[in-house]
Order: sequence, then structure tokens, then C-alpha cells
Amino acid sequence: MAKIDRKDGVPGLAAELARLEEIVRRLEADDVELDAALLLFEEGVARLRAAREGLAAAEVKVQAVLEEAGGDIRLTDLDG
Amino acid sequence: MTLSLSLSIPSPAEQIWSVGQLSTAMNRLIDGALQQIWVRGEVVQCKVWSTGHWYFTLRDRKSQVKCCMFRLNASRAGKPPADGTEVFVLAKAGLYEEKGEFQLVVSRMLPTSAIGQKQQELERVKVALQQDGLFDPARKRPVPAYATTIALVTSPDGAALHDVVTVTRKRWPCARILFLPARVQGDGAAPELVRALKLVNRIPGVDLCIVGRGGGAREDLAAFNNEAVCRALAAVQVPTISAVGHEIDISLTDLVADLRAATPSAAAEIAVADRGDAIRLLDDLSIRLASGLTARTRLAAARLGRSADRLHGAVEGILESRRHLTDRLAAQLDALSPLKVLGRGYAVAQDASGRVLKFRGDFVSGEVFDLRVIDGQVRARVE
Repeated sequence: MAKIDRKDGVPGLAAELARLEEIVRRLEADDVELDAALLLFEEGVARLRAAREGLAAAEVKVQAVLEEAGGDIRLTDLDG
Repeated sequence: MTLSLSLSIPSPAEQIWSVGQLSTAMNRLIDGALQQIWVRGEVVQCKVWSTGHWYFTLRDRKSQVKCCMFRLNASRAGKPPADGTEVFVLAKAGLYEEKGEFQLVVSRMLPTSAIGQKQQELERVKVALQQDGLFDPARKRPVPAYATTIALVTSPDGAALHDVVTVTRKRWPCARILFLPARVQGDGAAPELVRALKLVNRIPGVDLCIVGRGGGAREDLAAFNNEAVCRALAAVQVPTISAVGHEIDISLTDLVADLRAATPSAAAEIAVADRGDAIRLLDDLSIRLASGLTARTRLAAARLGRSADRLHGAVEGILESRRHLTDRLAAQLDALSPLKVLGRGYAVAQDASGRVLKFRGDFVSGEVFDLRVIDGQVRARVE
């Protein structure tokens, strides 16, 4: 069966945003040690960069999904 | 013969119509007044020509009208209706100019009894689905906020695919649309829709499924009221949007799906987020992230400052107490010092090697010794 590669889009953007919200909330709280805060900041920056790169995709990808005689799934790129 | 004309009517010299012009004008008038319409009546004298066209009369108690149904449409209608069959016809009214006859050109014909049966079947399916809880609001799933991979089940021939792609391109260009083609009307539409909906569950990573079609006549929506299609839609493992483009009716898939949209375009608007909004959200998070760390660093610096102050204070305290102790010990030592005794007028005798001469026997006649007094030494001799 053809594999669907989630990297094509913005994989789990909702989860990324939820984690970023959590990181920001923890950083905004007073109970985080500086070492932990620095680690959170680095993680946040990496996640922001990944999310922005995902959103930067230029064009909608359109693929036709067809079931072949043997039951396999075939994906064919369409112009969109 | 004298021709008498009213003054209000133009004379023949001013405007003379040919019969053909009149017929054409009448046709235009009818065409402008009546687009495609449904007409109910009783079929009589249906004749099937060798060309495959049907010619019949449609009548009711008051009037009758001649009808023709061309081969392609007639072949879709099944058997020619027997005299007296009551039908609905979808038709375009016009003038058959060659004969000057008003007629209907019929594109669809449905026996009224079939409509009755269809309505009964629709009610049956509706009740069955309702009893099985497929319309239950509690089973409605929320549409994901940032759906990226969207399965679209629709016709390869309709406008729905184009509409969904257009809206998605504008709002969320990082999306991926997986198009599962299926006929959406006519014989075989329902099994194709079922097959496509089942296929959605076999594709990993799909966030959302849209099933629908562009606008159509009421009877064209039958596949979206089909029980098997509704059950297959209910079994789709990701949130679903039904988008059957019909302004008046809602189909049963609209009731089964997690969300209903009026058109495929509207479904796409619901399905995908707006990239501008997402970027603004990331910008906001970015600012908060930086501010959070800055605030955190300032807090740590303030704490460090306070710690340094406390450390300095603690060291000062220790030094002070040590100083007091030293002073006290020095005073004690001072009190015990032989110099204090010397201060009171005593002297210490020491021989040349510095040994203290304590006893009489330590003094040898004629020997020189030192007497240590408070402010120094005095050389002395034993006599």
C-alpha cells in the first residue's frame, strides 16, 4: 500500500501549538528554574521554526486515491 | 375592397412580421418567462419513434400539452409510460416553430407513484438511522483546528473538487487533498460512495473527510439519502463534513456527518484554517516566548543579587565574631603576659643563654647575668 507521508503538510500543527502554549505558560510562571527555562526556550524556538517551515509550503497538493484490483491503494498527483 | 385600419395600429408598411419571426419571438418570450419546470400530468398516447424519441401528450382535467422526449433522456426513463400514467416531467416549454405548436421538451420523467415510494423509502431509512443513533448530537466529533490532510469524496465530473481546491489554496496552501472519485448521482452512485468512504479508513494520516457534490435537483440527491452511504459515512474514523449543494433540502448524510455545509466550498472553509491566522498566532507565541525567558532571567538575576547580599552579610558576621574572639583571647593573653608582671616592678634574671634564673643556686658568684625589666635589659654580676 502506498505510504502517506505526513511531512508533506504541517504534521500535528495543533499538537505543536498546544505544546508551544504550554512552554510559554511555564516560562511566564515564576516557579521554573533558570536551567529549565532555558531548555524550554530552546525547545520553543525549535518548534516555532518547524511550524513556520510547515506553513510556508507554497501549493496545495492534490492526489487522486484509487483502489487497484488487488486492493492496494494508489495515489496519483493531480494538477489541482 | 377598402382596408380599414385603426390609427393606433401601425400600418403594414411600417412593421410586418413573418410567421417565422413571430414564432421565434414567441419562443423567446416563453424562454424568458419559463426556465426548466416540473409539470404534473397524465400521459396519453406515448409513441416511440424509430429514432428513439418519445412523443406523447400530457393532460389534466383542464388542459393538455404536447411533449417530446429525445432519445438520450428517454432511454434513461425506462419503459414508455402506459396511457393514464400520472407523472412528473422536468421540461422546458417552447414553441415548435414548424408546426406552431406549444410543446414541452422533457428531460426527465418520474411516475408520481415512484415519488411516493421514494418518499416512503426515505422515511424508512431516516427512522432506521435515527433508531441506531446515527443522528445523535453526542456522537458528533469536532473538526480538527488545523486539518492538513483532507479526504474528499465526490464526483470527478462535478465542480466540487475544483471548489474545494480553490478555497483550500487560498486559505491553507500547506494542505493536502486526497481525492476519492465516486459518482454522486444515477445508478451505481451509492455503491461507489460507500466504497470511497470505506477507502478513507484505509488511508493513514487523514485528518478530515468531506463528502458531497455541487448543486443538483432534488431527485439527484438520492445517493446521499441512501442507507448504505449514510452508514458508511458514520463509520468513517475521522471527523466528517457533508456538503450536498442543495439550498432547500438537507440530505440524510447531512444529519449523519459531524458537520453539514451548504456547499463544497463552504465545507472547505470549515475544514481548513486560515494560514494568516496561524502565522499571527505563531508571532504572538514567539513574542511571549522571548518575553517569558527575559522575565525569567531577570527573576534569576534578582535572586542571585539577593543571594550575594546574604552571602556578604554572612561572611561579615563571621569575620566580626572572629574579631571579637581574637580581641578577647588577646586580652586574656595580655593579662597572663610576663610583661604585665614586669610592669609591676618585678625583674626576670636570665643567664647568657636566656635561661631564667629562679633559684639561689642558679646564681654563681662573679657570673654576669641579665635582668629583664619592663623597658629592656640590665647587665648585672653576682657578688
